[in-house]
Formats: sequence, C-alpha cells, structure tokens
Amino acid sequence: MDQSYGIFLYIISLLTMGGIYAILTLGLNIQWGFTGLFNAGIAGFYAIGAYVSAILTTAPTARHLGGYEMPYWVAFIAAILVAGMLAWAVGRICLRLRSDYLAIATIGIAEIFRLILKNETWATNGPRGVSQVPKPFETLPEPWNHLAFLAMVLITVAVIYLALETARKSPWGRVMTAIRENEPAARAAGKNVARFRMEGFVFGCMLMALAGAFTAHYLKFIGPNATDPLTATFLVWVMLVVGGSASNKGAILGAFMMWAIWSATEILTTRLPDDLAIRTAYIRIFLIGLVLQIVLQKFPQGIFPEQRLKSTARTGESAGGDAS
Amino acid sequence: MTDLINFYLIPGLVLGSIYALGAIGLTLTFGILRFANFAHGETMTLGAYFAWSLVQLTGWHPIAVLPVAMGLTVLVVLGIDRGFYKPFRASPTIMLVIASFGMMLMVRSVVQFIWGVQVKAMVPGIQMPLVLFDWLRISPKHIMIIAAALVLMFSVHYLLTYTRIGKAMRAMSDSPELARLTGIDTEAVIRATWIIGAALAAAAGVLLALDTHVQTMMGFKLLLPVFAATILGGIGRPYGAVAGGLVIGLAEELSSYPWIGTEPLLNPGYKAGVAFAIMVAMLIWRPSGLFRGKVY
Repeated sequence: MDQSYGIFLYIISLLTMGGIYAILTLGLNIQWGFTGLFNAGIAGFYAIGAYVSAILTTAPTARHLGGYEMPYWVAFIAAILVAGMLAWAVGRICLRLRSDYLAIATIGIAEIFRLILKNETWATNGPRGVSQVPKPFETLPEPWNHLAFLAMVLITVAVIYLALETARKSPWGRVMTAIRENEPAARAAGKNVARFRMEGFVFGCMLMALAGAFTAHYLKFIGPNATDPLTATFLVWVMLVVGGSASNKGAILGAFMMWAIWSATEILTTRLPDDLAIRTAYIRIFLIGLVLQIVLQKFPQGIFPEQRLKSTARTGESAGGDAS
Repeated sequence: MTDLINFYLIPGLVLGSIYALGAIGLTLTFGILRFANFAHGETMTLGAYFAWSLVQLTGWHPIAVLPVAMGLTVLVVLGIDRGFYKPFRASPTIMLVIASFGMMLMVRSVVQFIWGVQVKAMVPGIQMPLVLFDWLRISPKHIMIIAAALVLMFSVHYLLTYTRIGKAMRAMSDSPELARLTGIDTEAVIRATWIIGAALAAAAGVLLALDTHVQTMMGFKLLLPVFAATILGGIGRPYGAVAGGLVIGLAEELSSYPWIGTEPLLNPGYKAGVAFAIMVAMLIWRPSGLFRGKVY
C-alpha cells in the first residue's frame, strides 16, 4: 500500500467524521444559535440515535437486543423519532425555566442514559457495546465504499444546510431570532414562545440523533464509552462557538476545522512515547478549552458572524424584531 | 433493622453531609452570580488532590491538612474568576454557563496531567469500625466526616448571619439592584462568594476522598447530586442546600435497601439516577425548592 493512498483514505475519514460533526453542530446551532437554548447533553442524544439505529439493523445475536435487520432508512427515521420524543419530554419540563435548568437537565439525561447503557446488558451488551453494526455500501469495492459513505454524509449536510437557511429566512426563523433577542417583545407580538422553543429544541436533538446513527454505522461499533461523552459535547460547543453561533455556514466550517485540528493533534500525540502521549492528550483538551474561552471573550461572533436579515419594513435600530 | 442503620442510614448521612457542603457553594454562586457553575464539581476534585499531595508531603491526617487544601483551592478559583468569569460580568449569564462548562474540562485535564488518572487512596489501609451498644457500627472516618461537615456548616451560618460581608451577600442574593444602591461593594461580595464556595467545595472533595478514593472523575460524579440538592433546597438558600444535600444522600443510599423482599429496591448501579429523578420531580412540581428559593 503506497503512502499517498493512505493519505487519501485518511482525508476521506477526516471528511466523513467532520461531516458527522457538522450535522451535530448544525443541530446545536438550531438550539443555541437560533433559539438560545443551552444543551449540555449533546452526547446523550447522539448516543440514543446511535444505539437505536445499531440495534434495529444488526443481525440476530444473543449478546444484545436486536436481530430486526431493518433497512437503513427505517433505522435512521426511528433514531430521529425516539430522540425527538425524548427531547419533547425534557423540553416539557425545562423549557419554561431559564436555560441554566435546561443545561443541568440535559447533562443529567446524558448521564442517566449512559447508566442505562451500562446496566441493561440484555439490551445493549453493557460496557462491551454493540459490535458488527452493518455499514451502508460496504459491499462496494475499495475505495468506493468509503467514498459512497462520505457522499451520503456530505449530501445530508448539504440538505440540512439548505433547509436551515430556508427556515432561517422564513417567518419561523424570524420568530426564533425575535424570541432569542427579546422574549417579552415576541410574546407581546402574540407569538407562542413555548411552542417555538420546543420546536427548536426537538429539531436540534433529532439532528444529533441522526449524526449518532451515522457514527454507529460508520465505525460499525457503538459502546457507552465509544467517545468520552463530555468531550464530544464540549467539542461540538467549541465547533459552533468558533465557527460562529447563529450562522449555519460557521457551524459547518467550525465543525470541519476543529475536527481536522482535533484529529491531526491526536496523530501527533500518538507518535510520542507512551507516558508522554497520555499526558499530552490532556493538554489537548486543555488547549481546546482555552480556545473556547478566548473566542468567547475576544471574538464572540466567531469566524462567520451571524448574517442579519434585512427587513423590508422600517424597524428602527433594534435587530431581528420583525417576525411578520 | 441494625443493617438498615449501619449500612444504609449512616453512609447516607455521610454522603448527605458531603453533598450539603458542595451544594452550599453552588447555591451561593447561583444566587449571587446568577449562573449554574458547571466547574463546581472540578473544584471539589482539585481540593481532594491538593489534600492528597499535602498528606504525601507532611504525612499528617487529611483533616489536619484540610484548611491548607481549602486555601489553595480558593486561590485557584479566585484566579479562574479573574481570568475567565470577570470579563462576562455585564454579559448575559448564559455566557458564564458556557465559560464554566469549558472550565470544567480545563480544570479536569490539568488535574489529569499533573496527578495522572490512577485511583489514589487518601489514607492507606482499612479502618475497623467502632462498635457501640453491641450493634451500632460506625467507622471513625465517618464520625470525622460528619463532625467536620457540621463545623463548616456552623461557620457558614455564623458568617452569613452575623458578619457584615455575610449580610451583604444575602442582600445581593435577594436583590442585586437594591444592594448596589445601598452602596454594597459588589466585587467584594462576589469575591467572598467564590471564597466560601471554593473552600466548602474543596472540603467536600477531601471528605469524599477520605470516605472513598481520590479520582479525577469524582467531581463530575458529584455534580449531578449537588445540583439536585441545590434545586431541592431552593436556589440561593444555604439552609435549603444543607437539607437538600442530606435528603439526596439518604435517598441514594436508602434506595438500594431491600425494602420489599430480599432484592435491593433499586439496582445500586442506578444510585445516581435517584438524585436526577428527585431533581426532575422538583422542576415539574416546585421549581422554587423546599425553602422557596429563586426561579429564573
């Protein structure tokens, strides 16, 4: 195997995982960027999507619940629906309170879900996880199987992007911005704030579940510790904040960029001697955290600042208040 | 019956006192700085690691080095406030939540870098429990933990009730605008809040480490029950936090007692879920908590 082919495969995997993170970041952008909701349990909804899709598609086995061998599209839709229902339940409890409570509750949901995954061995195979998850296009010859999977992910990102851009410019998106910027004004204009918030939260969580489903099939494995849940959540937050909250372009760019940095530094650190490699892994998390803090303080707009919609009516200097 | 007291009630009280210490700090920062501090759990971890290093250095008992560990943790937290939270004083508080969320991972990664991820013992060896009245078994470390927690809680009670800065803190928690109008130095109040919160969090970490082990994930595991205790007690209510901590600690331990039949009522693997369930129930029916705290 010559080296350039290896690099080619590496770039494909980089783009595939980058694309999956872009879906996650777009999901968070609906919640935080559009609606102003703080979700600290991204990893929880991601894991729900991954497990639902993996269990529905695997061949029969005695190790965990499964053997349904459903087609992929059924599994993806199921993953999205289950996460959506859970998000609705969380939203019913927390969305009427300030976003701090939502942050606490979502981090709790993610932890509880991890406990269930570890303890309910009959359904999830416990800490050993679900393996031999089928992968779409895996019967195609090399490297077309990888390319086809990449195409599926990138097309999904493109479709979500176009849909979100349309939504952002629609009356729905304008109401979302209005609620985020000035909730009493939106309420006074007769908008049902609770319903819009719920929609934003549920849609965002659905996208996160889809990203989780893609990951399970891409890696052909999913376990409760496949990725450190908190690091995954944190990484998505950094991606969105660096790319630019409330900007869909920024969310996608931030995801690819931060994923490339994250993955490249991982390769660098694994080249180091063992003891040093483990320690530098923590430095990496620390530095990513520092990047987040610096961007938050000095460049709160991110790389791609939010594009304000120009209103056709005269609205004065207050931004985003027009939702008619 | 003796089993219930020895193996469920006493450990529940011990755990509850630790949660209570953590929750007082959290409820004060939530009430005065008005944000949910996600890095609070890591403050506890930091305290435990400082104490572990001091014990290695001096060979003293953890309780003896506790004040020094608390002091070091306070210094770190004041530094964090200056560098990472102070720039957001005038911003929406959600920015502070994000900053503290990032800080949680930063502090933990520094702890993991300096001390490594291996589980460490605060005091080596196994202690024999004392046996009182032929049936009551209580280990000396549990007595020490409860005693230390009580001393700290009474100190905070004194501080908040009788000192000038304590009164200023309560005033600012009740109404920041009125407090500022009456000439209270808000920066001094914020500093005092961080000092008390960090000192108590460090103590909670040290006491938990004394009861179990020193671990890098210990703070994160404490975070959810401590948040639950804060919401149960009512945000901005230190006495509520104490009550909430005790209730959550007892509920977690008592939930695995075989109340019906011989099996534990709840699989001990789900202990952490008890705190979460109580928190969700409070958010649904009474978000202001038992002691009528604030709801944002």
